[in-house]
Amino acid sequence: MSAGFYYGIEVFLNGMMAGVMYSLVALGFVLIYKSSGVFNYAQGVMALFAAMSLVGIQTGQVPFSHLINAMFGTNVHHFGWHLPAFLAILLAAGVMFIFAVLVERLVLKHLVNQDPIFLFMATIGLAYFMEGFGDLMWGSEIKKLDVGIPQGGNVWIEESTAFLGGADFYGFYLDSLDIVAAVVAVILVSSLVLFSQYTKTGRALRAVADDNQAALSVGISLRTIWVIVWSIAGFVALVAGIMWGSKSGVQFSLSLIALKALPVLMLGGFTSIPGAIVGGMIIGVGEKMFEFLIGAPFLGGATENWFAYVLALIFLVFRPQGLFGDKIIERV
Amino acid sequence: MLYREAGDYKTSYSKDNQTFPIKFDRVAYYLLLVVAFCVVPFFINGYWANAVLVPFLIYVIAALGLNILIGYCGQLSLGTGGFMAVGAYSAYKLMTSFPDVSIIIHILIAGVITALVGMLFGLPSLRIKGFYLAVATLASQFFLIWLFNRVPWFYNYSASGTINAPERTVFGVNVTGPNVEAWAQYMFCLVFVVTCAWLVRNLTRGTLGRSWMAIRDMDIAAEIIGVNPLKAKLSAFGLSSFFIGIAGALLFTVYLGAVEGGEAFGISKSFLVLFMVIIGGLGSILGSFLGAAFMVLMPVLLKNILVGNMAWPTDVAAHFEFVIVGALIVAFLIFEPHGLAQLWRLAKEKLRLWPFPH
Repeated sequence: MSAGFYYGIEVFLNGMMAGVMYSLVALGFVLIYKSSGVFNYAQGVMALFAAMSLVGIQTGQVPFSHLINAMFGTNVHHFGWHLPAFLAILLAAGVMFIFAVLVERLVLKHLVNQDPIFLFMATIGLAYFMEGFGDLMWGSEIKKLDVGIPQGGNVWIEESTAFLGGADFYGFYLDSLDIVAAVVAVILVSSLVLFSQYTKTGRALRAVADDNQAALSVGISLRTIWVIVWSIAGFVALVAGIMWGSKSGVQFSLSLIALKALPVLMLGGFTSIPGAIVGGMIIGVGEKMFEFLIGAPFLGGATENWFAYVLALIFLVFRPQGLFGDKIIERV
Repeated sequence: MLYREAGDYKTSYSKDNQTFPIKFDRVAYYLLLVVAFCVVPFFINGYWANAVLVPFLIYVIAALGLNILIGYCGQLSLGTGGFMAVGAYSAYKLMTSFPDVSIIIHILIAGVITALVGMLFGLPSLRIKGFYLAVATLASQFFLIWLFNRVPWFYNYSASGTINAPERTVFGVNVTGPNVEAWAQYMFCLVFVVTCAWLVRNLTRGTLGRSWMAIRDMDIAAEIIGVNPLKAKLSAFGLSSFFIGIAGALLFTVYLGAVEGGEAFGISKSFLVLFMVIIGGLGSILGSFLGAAFMVLMPVLLKNILVGNMAWPTDVAAHFEFVIVGALIVAFLIFEPHGLAQLWRLAKEKLRLWPFPH
């Protein structure tokens, strides 16, 4: 076997890992869409906000310090503590819970029974709001997120696979962070599935997803369910934010991963959790392989920006509801 | 009392079918046009043209175009930025390839090219609906920008990758390039805006507009009563892209002058135009004007207050602007989902009865 073949496999594996990262974001979309029919554009910004809050809490930044300094001419920036990662994650999850409650109180409650397009617009507005709010609260500079996840190439895998190729092949390069992300994604998805299958709240969630009118009539409080769903989505956003933030630093571009998750959703279907995972894999592998085989040699590179969308678009023409989505039935 | 629709009798079909059937409206619009054409150019200065009026006029065209697609035909599109880029780059290629032809013709052809591209990307709308379509239109956004950044032919192999509008004149007056005067920019855009608004107004009142609205309200039912969805949807995509292309071409040639594809026509531009349409009011031409005015004026106003009066650092002010824009959009959707145009409608309702409401 030539080294090129093994590089191909390496690209494939890395594509899988990237796909897992996309799935983490897509998962948040699916959860909210399933239970409230809201296409939550703000999911990416939620990941950014969660990661920012985590860094801010961990390093003890004073919230709104820039704003306070600008208004009162003071110079405050840090409380001067450094929290352990676990506690900081818990507190950041708490922030996301408060956020979920506020979204329900201030936005969703007032938009019940509106057209889905208005709810979608509202989440775009929410995304803008949170983007500005996060920057005001924690500052817009690029932050380093460190909760103790190993990073860099995994030496063990690299050494143990080096014998496969010839002299010019040095083993598969896989980032440890991506491997951790994959494991976390598996744990997250299985616990979500277990939660929705075997707990009372989970059953209520599924009931609301199925038919919210009927769920209301048997005494399930829609508003509580929404708070729960948005909190879970916030937690998923936090996990995605930790993974992406550890990888490339906490910065504005983190919110753009939402745009990468959208084709994943289209491919997997808006309503299916396994769809988000499988779609993420297909997109991740597809775009890396396309870049490796066609994009970089023939098209001048950087095809990753649009390949996922075009792939999903072509796919949708043949199957409008995605791979695992509910069949769309239309009546007059 | 102040606003009356009664007592305006029509005695012929042509009178009944005119663009503004109510006399009060007609007079008001004509007055507005007189002011816009004959008064404003004499008082306009560089700051007002650059910060407010010219971007306002250009975004009105883009908002009109997007309103055709979203407001009248009900097809949610997030690819506006990409289509504006098509308009800008085709105008650039035409202007540099055929320097002797008038810029007006270039801009119109740029619109036609954008219309063709828009129809191509509108094809999936026949199969895909709702949010799936909205996400699918993002494909055009990313693909087109990538194309313009990667294929050097589009920017004439310039080293920086940016495109620069060459100097062009209309009736001997500079309208593009560094030596352009504020009133010329303004008048050039105004002519386009008035023509486009008049076109859209009449398009939406006719057969085509009604078939769009039928598709919007329920596409299956529309199909059953004999509206051809292929024709209606593709014409909506085509015409919408035509106006968006013109807006993109004007934005590049007249307003910005030099453009770098990914920066000027990124996804944020798509959202900006979308906000204009939503805040102004879906399916309303007046709404496109109001929405564009709102979204252009508000940042200027906020900046003046926060940076000018309260002396905040510009970055904090910029973040605050995001917060305000986001909050306003959510507030609008909650309190008045039909936008500023609906507020105007309500105001007319009040004026009709004023001062005797009972």
